[in-house]
Amino acid sequence: MNFKDLNIQETFQRGRDRAMVYLHMPLAIMKKELMTYFYTPIAYIVITAFLIVTGFFFFKDFFYFNQAEMRGFFQFLPLVLTLVIPAITMRLFAEEIHSGTIETLMTLPVRTIEAVVGKFMAATAFVSFMLAPTLIYLVTIVIVGSPDPGPIIGGYLGSILLAGTYSAVGVLTSSLGRNQIIAFISGLAACFFLWLIDKITIFLPTKLGFIEYLGTDFHFRNISRGIIDSRDIIYFISIIVISILLTTKILDDRR
Amino acid sequence: MITAQGITKQFGDITAVNNISFSIREGEITGLLGPNGAGKTTTLRMLTCYLKPDKGAISIGRYNVEDNPVEVRKIIGYLPESAPVYNDMLVYDYLSYIAEVRGTGQSKIAEMGSLCGINEVMHMNIGELSKGYKQRVGLAQAMIHDPEILVLDEPTSGLDPNQIIEIRNLIREIGKRKTIILSTHILPEVEATCDRVIIIDRGSIVADDRTENLQAKSEGEKQILVSVSGADYPALSRELSKLSGVTGVEEVAGSELVSARVTAGAAAEIRPDIFRMVSGKNWILYEMTQEHRSLERVFRELTGGMK
Repeated sequence: MNFKDLNIQETFQRGRDRAMVYLHMPLAIMKKELMTYFYTPIAYIVITAFLIVTGFFFFKDFFYFNQAEMRGFFQFLPLVLTLVIPAITMRLFAEEIHSGTIETLMTLPVRTIEAVVGKFMAATAFVSFMLAPTLIYLVTIVIVGSPDPGPIIGGYLGSILLAGTYSAVGVLTSSLGRNQIIAFISGLAACFFLWLIDKITIFLPTKLGFIEYLGTDFHFRNISRGIIDSRDIIYFISIIVISILLTTKILDDRR
Repeated sequence: MITAQGITKQFGDITAVNNISFSIREGEITGLLGPNGAGKTTTLRMLTCYLKPDKGAISIGRYNVEDNPVEVRKIIGYLPESAPVYNDMLVYDYLSYIAEVRGTGQSKIAEMGSLCGINEVMHMNIGELSKGYKQRVGLAQAMIHDPEILVLDEPTSGLDPNQIIEIRNLIREIGKRKTIILSTHILPEVEATCDRVIIIDRGSIVADDRTENLQAKSEGEKQILVSVSGADYPALSRELSKLSGVTGVEEVAGSELVSARVTAGAAAEIRPDIFRMVSGKNWILYEMTQEHRSLERVFRELTGGMK
């Protein structure tokens, strides 16, 4: 019995060691990027603006409908994220290309994909960090009422997945050139387009209705209703993987 | 240690590097010399796996650059041109990040700090540093993992004369134990630091030899600069040409004095003759300098700077 326990622990340890081999570089890069975010004022400005806007959407519904739920918050969050995330990701590669530090980065013993994953993780971690203070809204509604946990758990899970998706798209547009403004505008356009897709299906013939599956908001709404369906999760992960691979390809082609 | 075979790199219609081959032995300091735009930086970028050659193969140590870029990068330390560094980081944080990616201990940071003289700026924002300090931070970054090969692209550009001498001494010192490749367009730098020179012009290698061999190449003749007053140039030229051993006289314009550059055979010592001739004519000799710029001559001949 004891022996078996030990074995499981060993297997776990070995698995973790192997994961660390793959994650060492991305983690080092992620740490550096996060450090840079909080060293410059960008982080504080973005977080403050985000909390003001989302706070408005939360309390507007909270007082109007007099209900202990976060629907208003989660309803507007995707749109807010389409604006905020490209601003967070715009510098990730564009800045390196502009200042020439990409040359240092790409001559370190780092694979291109490790650099991309590291930066993607940094952006996602940053957005998660930015979302953390919104848990105060949750505390508020738990105090005043008894909210349904499903939509809230689903809402936060969906938010993280959506943050990852937009971050991956933002990293992709950031790798297109040396100009951060272009990276921001194209990132914003791409994220906004993904958000918009399921809303334009009403103008299309019913045969083309499947297009709504391509939109982020369609899947986000599903998850934030509290229904955690593997199809929605697979959608977000697919966009993340495609964006990361495309970014890697773009950066490799620069050589 | 390093072998490049027939490497070519094109950017659009421009061929930056055209079919060059060279090999570099372990423990040598090699200078890559060439005018601006000759392809030095492109060559170094290919050696460090930043760029992929369109044609040709490079092998470094046991590894092929194409197949094993990550292994190659592990044994190379690289200071890119104009030392790009993250402006929004502290020097210490930057070096700590590099140490982590390179997999060396954090104790190396202090070591690099004293080696490169950046201990006093360790807790400053890199963006606030002067060009010279940024260059040193870049150098510390390149050496932190004790690489077998050090590639330095114009390591002394933007430094003041004192710093240049410091960095050259540092390179000489490190070069005793390591293989170093540096690019430059400053000739004295090559003469001062390099064991070997590869001269590149318009993407091709025009010379590849030990520094002293290249210097010897032009030692078949020497040049003496003579400045006098009291004479006009035609008279000076006529008198100088009469001296035995003189093979050519060339006017040097630009000063109030009458100056000429005399070319003579390396064996002949003609300076006493010049002095006697000048004093015999009752002219006043202001300057007589034998020029030791042999590498510059070779360089100018090979790279088309010489008419």
